[in-house]
Amino acid sequence: MPSRIVAKKLEKRFGHIHAVRGIDLEVPAGQVLGFLGPNGAGKSTTMRMITGFLEPTSGSVELEGINLADDPIAAKRTFGYLPEGAPAYPDMTVEEFLGFIAHARGFRGADAKSRVERAIGRVNLQGVRKQAFETLSKGYKRRTGLAQALLHDPGILILDEPTDGLDPNQKFEVRELIKELGGDRAVVLSTHILEEVEAVCTRAIVINKGQIVFDGTPSDMDGRAPREVTKNRMDHVFRMITTGDVAAQAGGRR
Amino acid sequence: MSAPALTAAQRTAVVFRREFRSYFQTPLAAVFLVIFLFLAGLFTFNIGGFFERNQADLRPFFQFNPWLYVFLVPAVSMRLWAEERRTGTIELIMTLPFGVADLVIGKFLAAWAFTTLALTLTFPLWITVSWLGNPDHGTIFVAYLASALLGGAFLAVGSFLSALTKNQVIAFVLCAVACFVLLLAGFPAVIDFLRAAQAPAGFIEGLASTSALTHYESMMRGVIDLRDVLYFLLVIAAFLTINIFAIDWKKSD
Repeated sequence: MPSRIVAKKLEKRFGHIHAVRGIDLEVPAGQVLGFLGPNGAGKSTTMRMITGFLEPTSGSVELEGINLADDPIAAKRTFGYLPEGAPAYPDMTVEEFLGFIAHARGFRGADAKSRVERAIGRVNLQGVRKQAFETLSKGYKRRTGLAQALLHDPGILILDEPTDGLDPNQKFEVRELIKELGGDRAVVLSTHILEEVEAVCTRAIVINKGQIVFDGTPSDMDGRAPREVTKNRMDHVFRMITTGDVAAQAGGRR
Repeated sequence: MSAPALTAAQRTAVVFRREFRSYFQTPLAAVFLVIFLFLAGLFTFNIGGFFERNQADLRPFFQFNPWLYVFLVPAVSMRLWAEERRTGTIELIMTLPFGVADLVIGKFLAAWAFTTLALTLTFPLWITVSWLGNPDHGTIFVAYLASALLGGAFLAVGSFLSALTKNQVIAFVLCAVACFVLLLAGFPAVIDFLRAAQAPAGFIEGLASTSALTHYESMMRGVIDLRDVLYFLLVIAAFLTINIFAIDWKKSD
């Protein structure tokens, strides 16, 4: 079976800044891919190119076999996307907002209603459904964003920092949800929290300065740390990979 | 993935509905409608001398309409794109299965429907003048049409300018100035000044014909000239087209 997401040689320049320098990526169904990297490494830019918000300077993206540049509207129907910061219209209620998303996704009437109900149930938004988005707590805002991304039951989910700013309980809930969703979908999520990758991801990619510097399973990544490191082993590896000095000291690759 | 793919018209309609409703989810609609109707009345009766003229027409109302639009239309158009960029929802709508044209046209039509609604709510003026005298209904209808078209042209300019900035105040000021210039190019005082300054007649005529005011006033007299209607439609089409490019260009700033 072909991979759900196929990105080839993605490059992005903003003026003289070379933000993404040749990223190749394939994500098959059933994989939960954790996207790691320091701030400014190009994580969000890469996700924005995969979702068609930004046009790559060069390279191509295929979603479920549909070329994003050739047929952007069809390609955009294949995925659900949670942009960084989970934006939504401040004056709309949760219900109205999800109703708009349902219509945008092509659902109508009773069909749209039942989609909204399912999405609300899935992320436990029942208590705030009549509340305006701007009055919600950070946790509920994030969940509304997730509900929006899940609404049409897409085969691909792209989540930019889905647990950022959540309290430990909310983080736990969102992680459980992502694990549950992973089953038959291709999921890409970016995060700064390395335990999160261990907890939910089946594959980890570290990008630094616009390039992939590590690609493997979370346990591969853990295995890179020297034996004497016993605590926060993944953090250690992350520093080894993304800062040249530590890597040299520890004798790590690249 | 069971939902059917939408046609361009259906996608535009989804965008239109959300945008049009959004006016009524904030006090914006109420404030705008009240101020528009209040000022329209003030200009018509107090400044325009509706009763003193002793003529059964709505000239005083329509004469001041463009100047009312200069600062009321930007209040509607400033938020169209600046707000999407400020709240980050632009990233959301541009990754939903919409084309940029669906978004630009849907949002514009919603704003236009809203200002046209405000205009329609001045119908008591029409009733009043019909009750007091025997006005030429055809002329009034054409003048209303001209006013709606002028509002649409200003909104298209404002929508484009709103796409250039995150800041609604900047979007407002830019739009007000642009609309003002668009009117002023045909204002008699400006034309007279240029004549006095010995500007070439061809230049003056060319300038006046690009002015919204020239086309508005010729329709206000009750004459439907296809060229006037075409002028407004072309202004709308031109600004919406550059609006689409502006969004592709500035969306991620």
